[in-house]
Amino acid sequence: MPAVAETIETVQSVTESGYKWGFETDIEMEFAPKGLNEDIVRFISAKKNEPAWLLEWRLKAFALWQKMEEPDWAAVSYPKIDYQDAYYYAAPKTKAGPKSLDEVDPELLKTYAKLGIPLKEQAILAGVEGAGETPAEAFPAGGRMPVAVDAVFDSVSVATTFKKTLEAQGIIFCSISEAVQTHPELVREYLGSVVPQADNYFAALNSAVFTDGSFVYIPKGVRCPMELSTYFRINAKSTGQFERTLIIADAGSQVSYLEGCTAPMRDENQLHAAVVELVAMDDATIKYSTVQNWYPGDENGVGGIYNFVTKRGACRGARSKISWTQVETGSAITWKYPSCILQGDDSVGEFYSVAITNNRQQADTGTKMFHIGRNTRSTIVSKGISAGRGQNTYRGLVKISPKATGARNFTQCDSLLIGDQCGAHTVPYIENRCLSAKVEHEATTSRIAEDQLFYCRQRGLNEEEAVGLIVNGFCREVLKELPMEFAVEAQKLLAISLEGSVG
Amino acid sequence: MNAMTTGSDAFLARYDGLGGRLPGRDGYVAGLRARAAEAFRVAGLPHRRLEAWRYTDLSAVAQAGFTEALTLVEEAPALPPARAPHRAVFVDGRFAANLSRMPEGFRAVSLAGALDAAEGVLGSAPEQGLALVALNTMLFEDGLWLDLPEGTDGGTMELLSVATHTDRPIAFHPRHIIRLGRGSTLTLIETATGPNGAAYLHNPVYEIAVAEGATLSHVRLQREGRKAFQLSTVLASVQAGGTYDNFTLNAGGRLVRNEIHTALLGPKAACHMNGAQLAADGQHADTTTFLDHAAPDCASRQTYKTVLAGKSRGVFQGKILVRQAAQRTDGYQMNQALLLSEEAEIDAKPQLEIYADDVKCSHGATVGALDESQLFYLRSRGIPAEEARAMLVQAFLTEAVEGVTDPLAQDALAEAVEGWWEKEAA
Amino acid sequence: MLKIEGLKAEIEGKEILKGIDLEVPMGEVHAIMGPNGSGKSTLSYVLSGREGYEITGGSVTFDGVDLLAMEPEERASAGVFLAFQYPVELPGVGNANFLRTALNAQRRARGESELDAMQFLKMARARLKELQMSDEMLKRNVNVGFSGGEKKRNEVLQMALLAPKLAILDETDSGLDIDALKIVSDGVNALRGPGFSSLVITHYQRLLNHIVPDRVHVLMGGRIVRSGGKELALELEAEGYGTIAA
Repeated sequence: MPAVAETIETVQSVTESGYKWGFETDIEMEFAPKGLNEDIVRFISAKKNEPAWLLEWRLKAFALWQKMEEPDWAAVSYPKIDYQDAYYYAAPKTKAGPKSLDEVDPELLKTYAKLGIPLKEQAILAGVEGAGETPAEAFPAGGRMPVAVDAVFDSVSVATTFKKTLEAQGIIFCSISEAVQTHPELVREYLGSVVPQADNYFAALNSAVFTDGSFVYIPKGVRCPMELSTYFRINAKSTGQFERTLIIADAGSQVSYLEGCTAPMRDENQLHAAVVELVAMDDATIKYSTVQNWYPGDENGVGGIYNFVTKRGACRGARSKISWTQVETGSAITWKYPSCILQGDDSVGEFYSVAITNNRQQADTGTKMFHIGRNTRSTIVSKGISAGRGQNTYRGLVKISPKATGARNFTQCDSLLIGDQCGAHTVPYIENRCLSAKVEHEATTSRIAEDQLFYCRQRGLNEEEAVGLIVNGFCREVLKELPMEFAVEAQKLLAISLEGSVG
Repeated sequence: MNAMTTGSDAFLARYDGLGGRLPGRDGYVAGLRARAAEAFRVAGLPHRRLEAWRYTDLSAVAQAGFTEALTLVEEAPALPPARAPHRAVFVDGRFAANLSRMPEGFRAVSLAGALDAAEGVLGSAPEQGLALVALNTMLFEDGLWLDLPEGTDGGTMELLSVATHTDRPIAFHPRHIIRLGRGSTLTLIETATGPNGAAYLHNPVYEIAVAEGATLSHVRLQREGRKAFQLSTVLASVQAGGTYDNFTLNAGGRLVRNEIHTALLGPKAACHMNGAQLAADGQHADTTTFLDHAAPDCASRQTYKTVLAGKSRGVFQGKILVRQAAQRTDGYQMNQALLLSEEAEIDAKPQLEIYADDVKCSHGATVGALDESQLFYLRSRGIPAEEARAMLVQAFLTEAVEGVTDPLAQDALAEAVEGWWEKEAA
Repeated sequence: MLKIEGLKAEIEGKEILKGIDLEVPMGEVHAIMGPNGSGKSTLSYVLSGREGYEITGGSVTFDGVDLLAMEPEERASAGVFLAFQYPVELPGVGNANFLRTALNAQRRARGESELDAMQFLKMARARLKELQMSDEMLKRNVNVGFSGGEKKRNEVLQMALLAPKLAILDETDSGLDIDALKIVSDGVNALRGPGFSSLVITHYQRLLNHIVPDRVHVLMGGRIVRSGGKELALELEAEGYGTIAA
């Protein structure tokens, strides 16, 4: 991931806009016919050589989706989406599916290199990858911690690194398509167990047409020796991206997972409707970090990704913990509420979020914490920054059931406004039916103080630098939750996202 | 769905049936009523699929089959002792002149008797598409109309609402209009009561206009009978430099909604909205506020406290809207709930919607039970457990109750809170 | 007088007090010293009736009455006062109101007449003056925004007003500067006499220079391991708890 930060400096923007990831990769693609119907669902399933149960599962989801209505309660507005006017399957053409990176289209590898994704370089080239390697070798003294990457290009996973190192410890890290073939029992048991097919409109759509995504299983008692990461890239025109990620942390295990995403600049809106499901058993910990940098559209609101994502984790086991950290800087519209179902006694849910909306971007994001087990605890820290004509909404739910004795929640939502054309909104819901529960919620809205700006400028920073500095300070509580190298990238992204917002 | 439709149908049937018997049948009022009826016909009674009503279910109101009181009771009901020199008494929603002592020096009258003069005044507050306001407009029979000219000191007066019918479920929809001219002041202390055994619906609407530099202090003590429904809507607007203070106590009723819409329309207008909700077994208390900051340099303060005993439910929804023009807004809102029982439920939804950048806005919410260490500290000093609990509940309410500064109102409030504690919670 | 026999208590299944025997005759001041985690605070909470402690054995009587069977407020009215190590803040509760309510509740429980606001204020002001404290103390909310020293002084003020028969001072000296320490000890010393006894729980000998005890007990591992005269405190100060345990 660190190289992603470097790309910010090395990859020059290909257009006048500040979005540095807007290039397009010219490689041979295979598409399913445009539109969405049962045949497309069957096509995707067949393409992936899926077992019958999964096709049935998809078809059921599709039937449910057809009866559902697109939600309209979020504080976002966009023209009606024509679901028939998009491709639901687009994949780089390969002969038989890559066995190794060497078989992957060099154009594709170039793309990832441009993005700074260490698919092949860094640790791999340094020779730490290989059969029989031990975790000790994977952490060269004084060296940088390697990151295992699953790269998803449009609809399919193209490469996963460090698989062997991970396999040595019984960790499964592969694309979900591969997991369907190699570990069908795990996929069948957990797929849809946290986000059922009928959960919501976009989750139902995803369940019908998801094409790929990452699969992680950490066995009992194993502490994953490196950060796992998925890098998502939408490249093809008129495609939706519907990835599905499933992470299972068995009893006593630990894993930290990173997710990054970019897309080319196009003057059309593209739909990204992902589903992420996390399952943590007794004493397991999952840390899920996202730096979302989909193309946000231009300053007039033309183009950009519709990021309609369902992310939910189930703390099934006692003392389990799920921690979501997100930095949302991209997308024309963001609609996502990474949530925790705190079923296990003493389980812990966390949500740390930074969301920036600039120009015409709209974000409606937050979390839901369902307290079901005893002594469950949740912490929510949300920082919203609105600039330009951006609209930024925090929407959250803390729900405490009568049995969740001793439950605790603390929520802090802060909004920062830059300029008088934007909006910042806070909509928390608190529903408590437990006498011994304790809930605290605080929210503030403010702007960057003149004296702070002046102080920085008097010390020699220009206005944009000063704003960047102050915004980073405003977000510090969240950024410190990110793995370090991701945090560096995130900080730079914050500054870039706010370009043109002052003066 | 059917029950809800039936509910609005029943009210519409009353409107169609009563037709000419409602006051103001010949003038502009008939037009207002007809438009309101049409709006109500379209909207129906609010239901839980509406975001603003997700926590409060009116199907019991829909099913009750209310009728109007129609006849005035011959016998005067027992009234609480007078606190202020002047009081306006409404029995089953109608002005009772013989029980009232109206102030002089400004217009203080029964609305039903002054409808002709109220043209352009009645209905001037924006209805905001609220179905319950439409219901009120459609069926109101009477109300209090106060109009204070510029510079008037209106002193303190009481508004008393008493329900009397016990033989059948009645509904009354009083329409109160309170207008303060430039620089005038008034303290209005309102008490609403009724028999514990009777199901009735009290659906008052307040149109409040506070002109430049005027100050209205509005204290509402809701002590309706235990089977009653009270659905009240305050529509207030405040001009430059004016102040509207609202304190509402919700202590009675079976299902109560206290909805307040305040718009700060001129620079340096201010608003303090405070309240306490005390709900015991079988009670549902809902406070919903909407504060519209439409002008620069305004300040608003809100503190709401909810105490829940037995199988009760408390709801707080509070939205602060800061429009683009409302620079240098200072907005603060706090809502806190104290649970005394395992069966109680609290739902809270504070909300900020902000379109101006130079603002200071914050809200906070807490939910919790009595603090065991505080309880023990009090008991270790010899204070019996029940008394210690009462002290802590009083202390919990302090911040909200402090907003009431008028001594007469303070007494009335203290009495109501103590009464609730002794009867319901202790 | 206070009589503790074989007192065992546990919290969340963990035994903290493992059989305590202790007698504090009326009129005497006893110190209980011990290292952190020895059970000092547990003893004070068990004696005053805080919830969360399970008594698994032994007995405690006060003037011959079973103390453990009583509610916290009954113990207070019987004359047992606990000066808290961490006095609790009560936002919204005025100090004067709190003190008067407590005093009257105790008087009522003892069949005495209650004091009206004026009588109470007169009495409270007299105590404040004796303790060299400002009347401001009464106007503030109980312990809210008080410094550590002010909180401890407020405890002493309450003790002076409620005039207990047995005062349990739970590490009252912690966090006090020398001036505050003096005010606190003067307050306790002023109450000393044939009708007042005290259990002074402390980690350090320092407080015992000001409140000179009749007896000193060493509490370690949930038991009284040694008892002696006031010179025992000096011995502990010089040699530490380690030698006692050996």
